[in-house]
Amino acid sequence: MSGCKAKQAPAAAAAAGGQKIKVAVDPVTRIEGHLKVDVEVKDGVITDAHVHGGMYRGFEQILKDRDPRDASQITQRICGVCPTAHATASVNALDDAFNVKLTTNGRIARNLILGANYLQSHILHFYHLAALDYVNGPEMAPFIPRYKNNDVRLDKQTNQIGVDQYLQALEIRRICHEMVALLGGKMPHVAGMVVGGTTQIPSADQIVAYLWRFKKVMSFIEDEYLPLIYTLAGAYGDLLETGGGYKNCVSYGVFPLDDAQNEFLLKPGVFTEGKDYPLDTDKIREFVKYSWFKDADTNKHPSDGETHPQPEKDGAYSFVKAPRYNGKPHEAGPLARMWVTNPELSPAAQKAGFKRMRDFGDKAFSILGRHVARAEEAYYVAKAITKWLQEVKPGAETYSKSEVPEKGEGLGLTEAPRGSLLHYIDVKDYVINKYQIVAATIWNACPRDDMGQLGPIEEALVGTPVPDPKSPVNVGRVIRSFDP
Amino acid sequence: MSLTRREFVKLCGGTVAGLGVSQMFNPGLVKAMDQAAQKAPVIWIQGQGCTGCSVSLLNSVHPSIKEVLIKIISLEYHPTVMAAEGELALEHMYSIADEYKGKFFLIVEGAIPTADKGLYCRVGEIGGREITMHELTRELGKKAAATVAVGACATFDAGIPGAAGNVTQASSVNKIFNADGIGTPVINVPGCPAHPDWMVGTLAHVLMYGVPELDKNGRPTMFFGRNIHENCPYRSYYEMGEMSPTFTDKEGCRYELGCKGPYTNADCWKRRWNGGVNWCVENAVCIGCVEPGFPDAMSPFYMAV
Repeated sequence: MSGCKAKQAPAAAAAAGGQKIKVAVDPVTRIEGHLKVDVEVKDGVITDAHVHGGMYRGFEQILKDRDPRDASQITQRICGVCPTAHATASVNALDDAFNVKLTTNGRIARNLILGANYLQSHILHFYHLAALDYVNGPEMAPFIPRYKNNDVRLDKQTNQIGVDQYLQALEIRRICHEMVALLGGKMPHVAGMVVGGTTQIPSADQIVAYLWRFKKVMSFIEDEYLPLIYTLAGAYGDLLETGGGYKNCVSYGVFPLDDAQNEFLLKPGVFTEGKDYPLDTDKIREFVKYSWFKDADTNKHPSDGETHPQPEKDGAYSFVKAPRYNGKPHEAGPLARMWVTNPELSPAAQKAGFKRMRDFGDKAFSILGRHVARAEEAYYVAKAITKWLQEVKPGAETYSKSEVPEKGEGLGLTEAPRGSLLHYIDVKDYVINKYQIVAATIWNACPRDDMGQLGPIEEALVGTPVPDPKSPVNVGRVIRSFDP
Repeated sequence: MSLTRREFVKLCGGTVAGLGVSQMFNPGLVKAMDQAAQKAPVIWIQGQGCTGCSVSLLNSVHPSIKEVLIKIISLEYHPTVMAAEGELALEHMYSIADEYKGKFFLIVEGAIPTADKGLYCRVGEIGGREITMHELTRELGKKAAATVAVGACATFDAGIPGAAGNVTQASSVNKIFNADGIGTPVINVPGCPAHPDWMVGTLAHVLMYGVPELDKNGRPTMFFGRNIHENCPYRSYYEMGEMSPTFTDKEGCRYELGCKGPYTNADCWKRRWNGGVNWCVENAVCIGCVEPGFPDAMSPFYMAV
């Protein structure tokens, strides 16, 4: 980006004189899954990028012909960091296909399960996946080896605060999992999210146990997580102007606030080329020209989606399909949701003069802007949890009984911590006839589409400075800002 | 050493609900692990999985994950937590595997796909050449002192990636090693995910005393030796024929809701999960995630078989 000032020491190895060099990072570590990236660098700036998803399991084929109710268990196993999000999308699709209505307490219990894991996921992501891009860990494995010129700019004392919080956050995220398990059975992979609600009516004891843990997590977010994010934003100011990407956002909406599911804490909506639009899921298509799937699978809405892997397809470079909204790439995740919803921010942000997310303007679309949005979203969800803890009724039913239908169709939308998540189910003869999943990360980590448009992470990489190609630390920083 | 193997196994098996592996408050045990292990080098690789076992490991209470990382093992390679990335990470891994050949411990999480030249899981590249999970598992497997396969995907029938309908020919560590004649001992710590105590307890046993006693499925008997249904706190309901008619009615046995406890051997009934706050049968039903054949043999999950 033009406004970007690289503060890193230029290394001798930096490509000069207009020469293009290739830099590959494989594996990209500290993410969930298998990702490779290669970038082309000219005059110390990225000019092209390819993001490769290197793993395929075939959930869509595996789900076929199973009991539809099994879907909420099986699809959780897509991601061990956000299984509750897949459970939510899946039970939303099943509720739709089974035509079952939740009880109020069932809706709130689901919010408390998903909400606790939002906090877990955001804290895990920032501290245990992303923070080592900004903070030097102790001089031992797994914190070494690291890049020679890794551009960590914190003074010794601030760095130590980062390390201390890294260790403290291990305990905080574990406590978040205990909150999930109190209502959901266990984590990862909850037992308690089923079609029609949840399987365990919260007792007064459980609510108190949840609350007691939640208070610790809330003070960590307010007293440690948010201040550290704003400290980093000060120390790495140029990273608020790096990694912008398309500045298009998609959000399906998450955490229903009423039983009709018309109102959401984080709202559904789309922001394309500077304008806001209501979400219309008919405008979603997936493209596969550059993905290792048969060309016939391209340009399909998830309800007609097909998934036929072809791992040696010419010209393709990823197991990730390329989803597009209205034909355009959109970024998903905390920044997209906070941008669409634009809620009031934490006191820490208010003090710095940012009342709402959009007050950050273009700087929101940046490496650190995404981390700010994630931390602010953790705070926003935590505040809502405080409310839901007052609304949940000990002893009130959380489950509505239903039967597997002979046939039915269901669309399940939600937001995973890392982005918009869609499950689609078609039931025929009491079993799954078709299941399609448009996973959260694929919005961001997808390859080019048939029209040649780069995926959002690829686009965000272009223009990012890489002054030392032997220590391409900004590449990882851009990728991890999306929490793939 | 201050603790005998027998005492250790007893501590592991005798866990009081929620206190973690072996009431590891026991300072003698932490000391013994500290001394014996000398921070044994561990290489943790991931195939077709969800990272859920790694996330579950982070939930270890006693010892905490901080103690595990700082005092007990030297986690030289782990894609989810390590600072390094790309070739720097891979070169480090290979140099540790050579330097500690026959001495380092390999942990495998996720399944190993063998169809289409293993291309369904590519784990990195070195010198411009892509490496598959299939290739990496065999190469490191030959050099390791012992291999611990964690989670449903790396054990038995390769869990969800290995379920009916899969096109990737997902395989477990045992199957890959057998096909290639690799003789390195394999310990199966199944579960979807594996419980942190099962992973930490098994690793501690391997580091201090060698391979623990295993059942016919290669699982440590100290964790997987007893049947869930036979030991279930709701067993008396079953004896009296009182069955829960619906998930949220807890006054009854969950068998008719589809509980697979009768076919499942693990100590969840006393160990419980997430610091002991809950477990699957108390919350809903067991889906038999530690058994060979999971998930197909346990499916439909919500139907009595």
